Amino acid sequence: MEKILLKNLNNPGGHTLDNYIAGGGYRAVKEALKLGHDHIIQMVKDSGLRGRGGAGFPTGLKWSFIPKEVYPKYLCCNADEGEPGTFKDRGIIEYDPHLLLEGMIIASYAIGAISAYIYIRGEFAFGAKRLWEAIKEAYEKGLLGKNILGSDFSIDIYVHRGFGAYICGEETALLESIEGFRGQPRKKPPFPAVWGLYGKPTVINNVETLSCIPSIILNGPKWFSSMGSEKSPGPKLYCVSGHVNRPGLYELPMGTPLREIVYNHAGGIKGGRNLKAVIPGGVTAPMLIEKELDVPMDFDSLAKIGSMLGSGGVVVMDDTTCMVKAAYIINRFFSHESCGKCTPCREGTHWMTEVLKRIEYGEGKPGDVELLEGVCANIFGRTFCPLGDGAVMALRGALKNFRDEFAYHVENKRCAARGGFGAIGVWE
Amino acid sequence: MLSEKVRGEIRGVLRNYKNLRSACMAALQIIQREAGHITEADMSDVASLLGVNPVQVEEVGAFYTMYNVRKPVGRHHIQVCTNLSCSLLGAGHIVNFIERLLKIKTGGTTQDKRFTLSTVECLGSCATAPMMQVDEDYYENLTEERINEILDGLK
Repeated sequence: MEKILLKNLNNPGGHTLDNYIAGGGYRAVKEALKLGHDHIIQMVKDSGLRGRGGAGFPTGLKWSFIPKEVYPKYLCCNADEGEPGTFKDRGIIEYDPHLLLEGMIIASYAIGAISAYIYIRGEFAFGAKRLWEAIKEAYEKGLLGKNILGSDFSIDIYVHRGFGAYICGEETALLESIEGFRGQPRKKPPFPAVWGLYGKPTVINNVETLSCIPSIILNGPKWFSSMGSEKSPGPKLYCVSGHVNRPGLYELPMGTPLREIVYNHAGGIKGGRNLKAVIPGGVTAPMLIEKELDVPMDFDSLAKIGSMLGSGGVVVMDDTTCMVKAAYIINRFFSHESCGKCTPCREGTHWMTEVLKRIEYGEGKPGDVELLEGVCANIFGRTFCPLGDGAVMALRGALKNFRDEFAYHVENKRCAARGGFGAIGVWE
Repeated sequence: MLSEKVRGEIRGVLRNYKNLRSACMAALQIIQREAGHITEADMSDVASLLGVNPVQVEEVGAFYTMYNVRKPVGRHHIQVCTNLSCSLLGAGHIVNFIERLLKIKTGGTTQDKRFTLSTVECLGSCATAPMMQVDEDYYENLTEERINEILDGLK
């Protein structure tokens, strides 16, 4: 398949404006400015593009919720890529920042925004620098600012750096963060389309979603929807890490089977060992086992088997992996990142981590596995935002497939897996 | 007192936003980049610049984990990712190795104030695990040898 999102991945200097324009860049903006706002939104709707941040909400539909008569409107690009196992947005930002900017200009034009923000996580200092440089180049060429390319449309794009809070990937927490508050989620409704940044209509889209827009404008919605799965068309970035021979970022048609990604593209399991479990979409997504590997990697197929596509972060674990340790590390992440706003998540994720830690350290008590299940039940569906649910989904996924291993740990005070990884206990 | 340079830079970001308060995160980032950490006086100064209460700056500083509020760090801040993908490929050993090498525990600073060592959650560099961030730079595919080289180069 011809690369759409990663065409500049192996092109040194591909991030510069000159190279981007030489490769046909910013033609889509020129095309878009000739089309009406509604026409662009209809094209994005017809393309079937669904949000690549994890929720899979239809992008064109999201744009169409923006009320026409309220001003100003805002576009926010969610580049707070923090889901463990995910590094796709970083790839686009570092290697092809103008692709993102072009998508943002078109999206802003379509919804009628005159200011747009890129919310990039603080750790991506290099990415922020790339964006600043790209924005500067675009202003100099008249692609950003007042009356771009001689049209009556004006747009400013700003970079807002986060500073170490996974929760700011939740769209309303992201808005709070731009406004200079702690990044805690807002109550929904009202949804950001009505009450967003500074209380004005706002669209929040993921980096990968916005980067799909220029090619839809140039090649048409039919071209886009002919790729990938019927209900989730288009290209998709898959991030493969863990125990594989060729970890990396892969652009493949949406719906590529997980087995093909792990064994063909990522080169199979390291050292010829056997696969034990795979997390398909960032650590929130419940893990899958060998017999589930033929699942097509798209939103609906993964939901059908009780997992999710999430961010497309594929983490592969071989048969030496201790699943209690893996579950502990995943949960420790959620308790660390819980924003503290609501009790079930703030307290629940903390206790899940404590219990998992003692099981892992050989100090588990009889009934601990049931205790974990009880805490899960008290968190799930009772939290303000999906972070708490995510912690539960991840743990339930591990317990569903590897409950025996947890019980073995509790009973025998040690691990059933050969070896395991790292010596976590030493530095805790 | 904030230097004129820092004040100037903070004023520069104000125009990115609709109100002054929105520049709070960026203001603290500018201060930390210059000084390594943020003091109580810095937060008061930011508050008066932005026309908010000092506690409203403090709550931002306390919430976001990358701010070193009232917490001086060494000249170089080593942050090793210990999330799942890195741990699968030996992040635990990497942390142990650096602790032994620098003779400090995680969270500690060397006596000569050259290095502070922390462990952090996923930094989005999972395909090149294990990895760490030192100051603003990423160092990937770490081995004991590589770490020796990297740390030797940071004075």
